[in-house]
Amino acid sequence: MSHLPRLFIGLFATFLLAWLGLVLYPMVTLGRLAPVESSGEWFPEPLSDAAIVGQQVYAANGCVYCHSQQIRQPAVTDSDIRRGWGSRPTVARDYVREKPVFLGTMRSGPDLTNVGKRLSDPLWHYQHLFEPSIVTPGSIMPAFRHLFTIQIRGSEPSPLAVPVGGPHAPPDGYEVIPTEEAQALVAYLLSLKREYPLPEAPEPNLEKRP
Amino acid sequence: MDAGLLLLLSGLLLLSGSAFAAFCWAARTGQFANLQASAGEIFADEAAMRHAVDRSVRAPVLLFLGSAMAWLLLGSVLGLVAALKMTHPHFLDQSAWLNFGRLRPAHLNVVIYGWCSCAGIGVGVWLMARLCQTITRHGSLLIAAAVFWNAGVLVGLVGILGGDSRGIEWLEFPGYATPLLFVAYGLIAIWATLVLRHRRCGHLYVSLWYLLAAFLWFPWLYGTANLLLIWHPVQGSAQAAINWWFAHNILGLWFTPLGLAAAFYLIPKVIGEPIHSYYLSLLGFWSLALFYSWNGMHHLIGGPFPAWMVSASVVASLMMLIPVITVAINFHSTMRGHFGTLKWSPTLRFIVLGSMSYTLVSVQGSLQAIPGVNGVLHFTDFTVGHAHLGMYGFFSMVMFGAIYFLMPRLVEWEWPSARLIRWHFWLSVTGISLMATALMLGGLGQGMILNDPAIPFMTTLSWVGPFRMIRSAAGGLLLIGHLLFAYHFLLICRRAGPEKSTPTLLAEPEGAA
Repeated sequence: MSHLPRLFIGLFATFLLAWLGLVLYPMVTLGRLAPVESSGEWFPEPLSDAAIVGQQVYAANGCVYCHSQQIRQPAVTDSDIRRGWGSRPTVARDYVREKPVFLGTMRSGPDLTNVGKRLSDPLWHYQHLFEPSIVTPGSIMPAFRHLFTIQIRGSEPSPLAVPVGGPHAPPDGYEVIPTEEAQALVAYLLSLKREYPLPEAPEPNLEKRP
Repeated sequence: MDAGLLLLLSGLLLLSGSAFAAFCWAARTGQFANLQASAGEIFADEAAMRHAVDRSVRAPVLLFLGSAMAWLLLGSVLGLVAALKMTHPHFLDQSAWLNFGRLRPAHLNVVIYGWCSCAGIGVGVWLMARLCQTITRHGSLLIAAAVFWNAGVLVGLVGILGGDSRGIEWLEFPGYATPLLFVAYGLIAIWATLVLRHRRCGHLYVSLWYLLAAFLWFPWLYGTANLLLIWHPVQGSAQAAINWWFAHNILGLWFTPLGLAAAFYLIPKVIGEPIHSYYLSLLGFWSLALFYSWNGMHHLIGGPFPAWMVSASVVASLMMLIPVITVAINFHSTMRGHFGTLKWSPTLRFIVLGSMSYTLVSVQGSLQAIPGVNGVLHFTDFTVGHAHLGMYGFFSMVMFGAIYFLMPRLVEWEWPSARLIRWHFWLSVTGISLMATALMLGGLGQGMILNDPAIPFMTTLSWVGPFRMIRSAAGGLLLIGHLLFAYHFLLICRRAGPEKSTPTLLAEPEGAA
């Protein structure tokens, strides 16, 4: 006597149910979402070629382990909005152009949903990536030195050179140049602006509450 | 919600409900014949047969366990270095390969696919051969599987450290590493099918159910996730849904069944009495299959998804209390009157502690899924503490216990030193308790600060800093324990020390002559 066929049918069926609900269903429905047009512009905006590369640099160097990219629904918590990380909760349409989607699960660093809007100066990002403590004292972010080269300064400083002073400055006669990877990463970070209006995501009014 | 969605949802609920009802009916009307007789199945095999079965899987199981041990050491070191970097960001910061953003996924993947999976497969293979009472003639399939699996983990690790990480949690291995793991899995599946076909057991013991479930679910899980996220990514936030469906199920439907299979076999085996209630163990099994698979979206509460998906996961997470409490009652009732065994049996010490952690971590997980609680704890160290309590406090502890049981039977030599076992046990217990407590306290405060917009963000860092230092210290204790364990493993493999006629115990058994 053997329960084997019954066992396999049971295992198959229970798993199939969840697979249909949590894999196939979102894949089909969320996969059909498209950007929306509003006064001649498409939202979310297409990523530039550099930003697409930058997305892979973001993945490869593990930014997602400390930085989230989502503003949660105020019904769960309104602190994401009150902290000024975004003016509205992010919705599925915000991510249709992202590969991969970096929602994140940890906030050892601040949320980056709208970092391109909040911190729009590329120089700030280069300094921050080279040595975070220059612009954010007390930061625990790693210094991404491998995204920069230190080269001998020519008669004219390179237009790309990142000014670095203090204890982390390069030796005299040298300058800090961001690699192509660093430039792509910064292009990606600057592209993160998810505050455009979407019909399904109105800005919530939090004023009523104390 | 539109009508089609409502229909789908009610259909799913109806199906789940009727599956559950069907199970209860089947159990009550005796469709599972001779339930309690099946519980005694594990005592039915004869000693000579058992030895022959053990001997037939010796080489592949030793290979899996030996490599698991190497990954355990490497994974502990990677974890410790990554942990130190969270409080000392300039520690070892000159090399891209040792950057925190690469070390952290390297730690996770080495521990999950290296240590936990190799140990789980090694123990699972041995259990399966024993439960089917099959003397396997196809050990070479498993040896090849071990080689492919280890090659896959190694290639994946080098890929991550070298800058090819996919940046998707639990799935960081680059696309060129995973096919090796699939080849390994395929070889194991062929072996398992052969063993199952040539089984000589009368009943399928509950451990075998868990093992077959794990081996059936794993390829579906890992295949779906790799296909839809790595090789041919789907669009938009569905990626995150599939990501967390996978990451939660790899715990619940791969590691948990492997761990429970070992516990359901070894607890009765060591105390010499069958499991308290075979009926409860079946209820626990099927409710786990039904509810665990729906849990994943509780990692995405408040996120960009249809509300019903998240709600379904929150409900399923709370329903997990059924299988968890069922298993806990069953283990406790089996152990009742035998708790004295914990004084002398190394195996039982680790396994009973692991089972207790399973109850604790699962109940905690259910509570963490409640949206109000999740809103505070989600983006904090609390989750990290929870994950370590699960993968270490439960799974790794059970694996340690199983390895202490099966090694003397495989190499036909007793463990050389009771003292080394005792040290390993206390270092593990102290280390994981300290680590989980520190991370949870740190995470709780971190979450409360994060949710108060009046407090600057940087305050979260000054709050968690000291807790993270305690976590590193706890990681150091675990590493020392693992070094002793690996050294001891090496000794028993080399049959070191004087030959003993009795097992190495931690104390004199009660009532012994």
